Amino acid sequence: MPDTTTTGDGVTDGVMADDVLAGSSEDPYAGARETTEGTVYTVTGGDWDSLVAGLDDDEERIVVNMGPQHPSTHGVLRLVVELEGETVTSARTVIGYLHTGIEKNLEYRNWVQGVTFVTRMDYLSPIFNETGYSLGVEKLLGIEPPPRATTLRVLCMELNRIASHMVALATGGMELGALTAMTNGFRERELVLDALEMVTGLRMNHAYVRPGGVAQDLPPGAEEKIRELLEILPERFAGIDKLLVGNPIWKDRTVDVGHLDVQGCLALGLTGPVLRASGLAWDLRKTDPYCGYEDYEFDVVTSTRGDSYGRFLCRVGELRESLKIIEQALDRLEPGPVMVEDTKIAWPAQLALGADGLGQSLDHVKKIMGTSMEALIHHFKLVTEGFRVPPGQVYTAVESPRGELAFHMVSDGGTRPYRVHVRDPSFTNLQATSAMCEGGMLADAIAAVAGIDPVMGGVDR
Amino acid sequence: MSGPDRSTPGRQVVSGSGPTPGPVAPGPVSPGTAEKRPGQDMFGATRGGDTSGFGGLVKRQPADLSSPRPYGSWFDEAVDALEAAYPQFGDAVTRVVVDRGELTLHVKPERLAEVALVLRDDASLRFEFCSGVSGVDYPSQATRLHAVVHLMSMTYRRRIRLETAVTAEDPHVASITHVYPTADFHERETWDMFGIVFDGHPALTRILMPDDWDGHPQRKDYPLGGVPVEYKGAQIPPPDERRAYA
Amino acid sequence: MGLEEKIPGGIVLTSVEKVVNWSRKSSLWPATFGLACCAIEMMATGAGRYDLARFGMEVFRASPRQADLMIVAGRVSQKMAPVVRQVYDQMPEPKWVIAMGVCASSGGMFNNYAIVQGVDHIVPVDMYLPGCPPRPEMLLDAILKLHDKIMDEPLGVNARRRELPDYAPRELVASSKRYSPEGKRDARVALRKELMQ
Repeated sequence: MPDTTTTGDGVTDGVMADDVLAGSSEDPYAGARETTEGTVYTVTGGDWDSLVAGLDDDEERIVVNMGPQHPSTHGVLRLVVELEGETVTSARTVIGYLHTGIEKNLEYRNWVQGVTFVTRMDYLSPIFNETGYSLGVEKLLGIEPPPRATTLRVLCMELNRIASHMVALATGGMELGALTAMTNGFRERELVLDALEMVTGLRMNHAYVRPGGVAQDLPPGAEEKIRELLEILPERFAGIDKLLVGNPIWKDRTVDVGHLDVQGCLALGLTGPVLRASGLAWDLRKTDPYCGYEDYEFDVVTSTRGDSYGRFLCRVGELRESLKIIEQALDRLEPGPVMVEDTKIAWPAQLALGADGLGQSLDHVKKIMGTSMEALIHHFKLVTEGFRVPPGQVYTAVESPRGELAFHMVSDGGTRPYRVHVRDPSFTNLQATSAMCEGGMLADAIAAVAGIDPVMGGVDR
Repeated sequence: MSGPDRSTPGRQVVSGSGPTPGPVAPGPVSPGTAEKRPGQDMFGATRGGDTSGFGGLVKRQPADLSSPRPYGSWFDEAVDALEAAYPQFGDAVTRVVVDRGELTLHVKPERLAEVALVLRDDASLRFEFCSGVSGVDYPSQATRLHAVVHLMSMTYRRRIRLETAVTAEDPHVASITHVYPTADFHERETWDMFGIVFDGHPALTRILMPDDWDGHPQRKDYPLGGVPVEYKGAQIPPPDERRAYA
Repeated sequence: MGLEEKIPGGIVLTSVEKVVNWSRKSSLWPATFGLACCAIEMMATGAGRYDLARFGMEVFRASPRQADLMIVAGRVSQKMAPVVRQVYDQMPEPKWVIAMGVCASSGGMFNNYAIVQGVDHIVPVDMYLPGCPPRPEMLLDAILKLHDKIMDEPLGVNARRRELPDYAPRELVASSKRYSPEGKRDARVALRKELMQ
């Protein structure tokens, strides 16, 4: 529930409203206190008219706090919005409500264990987090994953992109009141998540992409399942077209809302669908290819609108492009290893199906326990410490569904990352909120934020 | 030690003081020094670290050198263009490092904004896009707090890194927000996490931690702050106090 | 709830209690408190495939003043902790809390300065649900077990019954057993036996 605070200095204390009620006033719901800018009333309930009646209304600034707990702020985002009537005169974002200290945590874990942490940053596109991190480690190590692993990475990334865009449409729709968009979006997402579960083992936060390759190969039946998806999804996407793209209510809510032109986008450092919707065809998969993207045929979807509707159109277009890439990736799959040969780096190195499920290969266990002491020592060191990465720093970037997701990694030569900084797209994209919302109406602020599609796990890390 | 043999020059194993537990700060090289520090056992190994009993493993930090010319690929022409466009190049840029296909310019903290401006505006450089600003803490150095700026040229499809270093006592770096407005949130985060003050930033406040938080969490001397993990009948210490094997 | 004040003390109104508890559990309205990855799984539970609407719970109330259940889904950071408490305080009695996911139950994998190690440091929790993130089926199991727990709540002054030595709340069985045909038959038999007493 938004707490309404009337302040003179633009600073809201809406979250801790209870301790401000110490102000003496007859109205228990509108505690008053004197500040340098005049009288400040903190309103937490009661009748609006009874407060306003006693005021002289020359200077009235209303600050609305759309608090971290809100159904429409796309996560734990706090918007502090100054209103004049219904028009927003100033909008600021307060973030940090999901700060997890993941970057510091990584300094206390092995390079491989870092994957499980990093995957939970931008929780709607975990494969992208993992791939960016693994590409960084591989660059530091100077190794290349085998081609099958690269193709599997591309496959999972594009599946993840579809899932993430579906959530963007679903939650965007929900925030604007289009609840059918929510149920439909999640329905499609379930199909994609089934495929990802079959390949990686988990629905979300898969620790699948590891430095050196991927954790395990495609199980039997996975390829057929993904090809089934390629059959089903195009009609579902056509359904989205019918539901939203031409929908007059949807257009009324998103056309010309949150407009930001190319110069603004570039100055504010925006990337991803937001930048492409303003007209610039900047996609890291084309301009700075990684994982073999230069060999895939797909288009970069742009729009010249620059508003929320344009961003929405970009995302819908990218869904179809992702399907194209998935099909090409499936055709490109050749049998081969999925992890680097060097068993000093590969983790898990020798997986096999044993009596109790997936575990260490029995031959390997026999060797290290029975025949070779050195092999046992090396295995022990690899499992407890992890591999060592030569010192240096790298910067790798991938194109996540939200924009440029980049990892700046520093190694001091040890078995633990010395410093990993994640340049998350949502963190930078949120800076545009003020530019997009000011001058519009309060409801348009929601549509603007929904168009940016920030994921607060990535923003706050 | 196990692991692929990828030792780079400068990485040596020297007998001397043992490694410290937890995140290892590369220590100074003191060949032959056998001074015993409190908490060390007979062979010099400290509590959580080296289990070999040897106690003589140190990580030596690579020396602070510039890469020799020619740098390779587009780096030479870029550095030459910067030198031509920015007369104080020799004073501002202390080191040029080319490693793993990436170019890093080490810049003096007060000159960071000027260098960024030249990089952005010069016709043959055109680094119009700033990916982000972040920090790294090297407690073994005097100027321990490093601020790292990543720039990208969309015109030429290139990336470059600018790195500055300041001490914890006087952590002032010139802000680049007037050159790249996108650095706003990033500089706030670097202030929040490391304590680097960006002079010229419009509103340098905490962004990720609560506003009244004390300390800068991502510095190396700030504890991870976990609690012991409790099991039935056992307790495991938090990650930064656990026994580290490397 | 006003009913609790109006029941005269000392009278064990078993059938009224059962009816009230049944109505409370049948339309338990959750408050939107999704924080991180678990929130997405919570939304997926509310979506079409793992439908929460069949339990009367699809209306995620935006305002905590209209909600009875707070599903804390995701990691609670230090900055968010006072907000969690304030939202909990704004909920009217009776209210329940499910800590969804390991981060809400115990801090999860993030054992550090930024995350509260378990939301039970801030609010009293009725059901802990581990998982990272828990599958929608696991969340449904937790909700159904909470329903069973609610069915056992003694009403008003009868809350003192909890301290009596013969207080035996029903055992929380895994939902896949509880709602299987055999499980449902056993539950029916037990309920009939209880009401006959």
